[in-house]
Amino acid sequence: MSGPATTPSAARSLIGGDGHMPKQATWIAVGAAAVAVTALLLLLGIFAWGFFAVGTMIVASGGIYFWSRTVEDRRHAKDRVVTVSITSAFLLAMIPLVSLIWTVVSKGINRFDVAFFTETARGVIGEGGGAAHAIWGTVIITGIATLLSVPIGLMAAIYLNEYGGDSWLRRALTFFVDVMTGIPSIVAGLFAYALFEIFFGPGIRLGVMGSVALMVLMIPIVIRSSEEILKIVPNHLREASYALGTPKWKTITKVVLPTALAGLVTGIMLAIARIIGETAPLLVTTGVTDSMNIDPFDGRMQNLAVYAFNEYKNPGVPPEPSLDRAWTAVLVLILIVMILNLGARFVYRRYGTEIR
Amino acid sequence: MSSFDTTTNAGQILASASGGRRRAGDRIFSNLTVIAGLTILLLLAGVAIFLGGQAWPAITASASELPGGESLVNYVWPLLFGTLLAAALAVLIAVPLATAVALFISHIAPRRLAQPLGYLIDLLAAIPSICYGLWGIAVLGPATVPVTQWLADHVSWIPFFGGPASVTGRTMFTVAMVLALMILPIVSAVAREVFSQTPKRLQEGARALGATRWEVIRMTVLPFGKSALISGSMLGLGRALGETMAVAIILSGSGIISFNLISTSNPSTIAANIALQFPESSGLDVNVLIASGLVLFAITLVVNMGARAIIARTNIQ
Repeated sequence: MSGPATTPSAARSLIGGDGHMPKQATWIAVGAAAVAVTALLLLLGIFAWGFFAVGTMIVASGGIYFWSRTVEDRRHAKDRVVTVSITSAFLLAMIPLVSLIWTVVSKGINRFDVAFFTETARGVIGEGGGAAHAIWGTVIITGIATLLSVPIGLMAAIYLNEYGGDSWLRRALTFFVDVMTGIPSIVAGLFAYALFEIFFGPGIRLGVMGSVALMVLMIPIVIRSSEEILKIVPNHLREASYALGTPKWKTITKVVLPTALAGLVTGIMLAIARIIGETAPLLVTTGVTDSMNIDPFDGRMQNLAVYAFNEYKNPGVPPEPSLDRAWTAVLVLILIVMILNLGARFVYRRYGTEIR
Repeated sequence: MSSFDTTTNAGQILASASGGRRRAGDRIFSNLTVIAGLTILLLLAGVAIFLGGQAWPAITASASELPGGESLVNYVWPLLFGTLLAAALAVLIAVPLATAVALFISHIAPRRLAQPLGYLIDLLAAIPSICYGLWGIAVLGPATVPVTQWLADHVSWIPFFGGPASVTGRTMFTVAMVLALMILPIVSAVAREVFSQTPKRLQEGARALGATRWEVIRMTVLPFGKSALISGSMLGLGRALGETMAVAIILSGSGIISFNLISTSNPSTIAANIALQFPESSGLDVNVLIASGLVLFAITLVVNMGARAIIARTNIQ
């Protein structure tokens, strides 16, 4: 690549005349590629961030390949190209996440005010109004779903871990819980509708129907996480308890469950985070309403995700205030989900010491 | 001797007394756990039975009563086509990307960064689907327009890019990308788990023989993680098949069958069609929608069972 006598040694080591690439070779290649691609795009007059990102990635991969090929050998060249490609792919996957969060925050902040949390959408056509009814609806629907799912899920997890042994029920349950995690959320909604239609007739919409639909989605998540946690409760705790003559059920309720408590709470919080933003199953079970309704057994109920969808789908006149409300609802949802996720991690870190 | 007897008696009495109680308490508690387990199996059976029951009127109805005036198969087939197309494209985009993300976290990123980056990817999974939908139509859709325009202008001989390109970005192309994004965390989580379990001795052996990092990955990590990658992809496929809101918001679907990914007329998907039609439907239309939901249920069930079977088989080895 360079004549040993003609090139100054610093420059020579930079481009790798001595058979080694500099440590920052990748960064140099990426930087040079970025400059070259920017220049080319500006020259052609088609500068766009998408072209820039993809172009830089391709040029940098090509550049580092030929550079390494000349200085090192083909195998190292390939290694460097793959490293650059994998890293770019990772960054590529990060772009939407950043863009999504930026969009939601910047658009949702417009209506992130007191009225949004205190007023309903009743009779609101243009500006103003809020999602108080949807926030209450979310709390009630998700709360009932949690109250239904946690006892069933927890008891089933106890069965799987403490009683199951090698019975057919254990094997069937393990398999079908896995299968259940894959049920599409809309199918869960249709199930709840089909179930309640038998008792209440066609066109029925109730808050509690939404809870039943969410329960179908939540139970497998609760079982999986609880089972994982119960599994790592040390066996010597159980044995010590048996040695004292404690019955098995008391061992489970007084020794195993308290030990696993932090992990169980973490799992339940994550499960709530997973279902609280559901839209599709509620669209077909709880319906759409603009008014406050806190009775899950009487009439339609709104949840935040359905509220956002409805504000977007059927905007008022002019549409902008509705769209603003939709974005704010989505922002509130994301905040709730983030708080639940971080809270779950905090609980596990802070209180989960016994089992780690 | 007598003292021995007393202790035995005392022991027996204690055992029988507490044993009797223990048996009662234990019986109740263990029965409760069994009931919980059976409830879940019943629930799953209930999903199939109730959907089947509500779908029955649509299956037995004559063609003229159904929406569109054609048979149920003719109604569901285009939707099924759209569902499969969108999900297949999403998996096609997501799997290479997810593999790269998993490899980056497990083998390329600095150790200290690996765990936070893992959290960040998990965060993608926590975001509600409604957010993806609204983001897709507000940001990603418009951003695809120049690309699809270019594709329609230059490579329209490829059936996928036949055009004319949509000016709003409400296309199958956008949907596939959003779905890919949504299943990426699932696929990469499964892949990451297994990649990081690749035996150290294999990797270090390869290193000692002078293999570069890529050669280590290609010769030890990827073969080791192959079946996990397949089952992870199938789990992702199952998720993509049933994803509702993102598709319902982004796509302006119609009942056509078309491989054209970038035009304004797109096939809808089963889930999106239900979400959009159900609130305004009544009578037999509801049964028809539930019948289509049953089809979706059956397909996702098969896909997920396949994925689980692969995972189970690899665990034994």
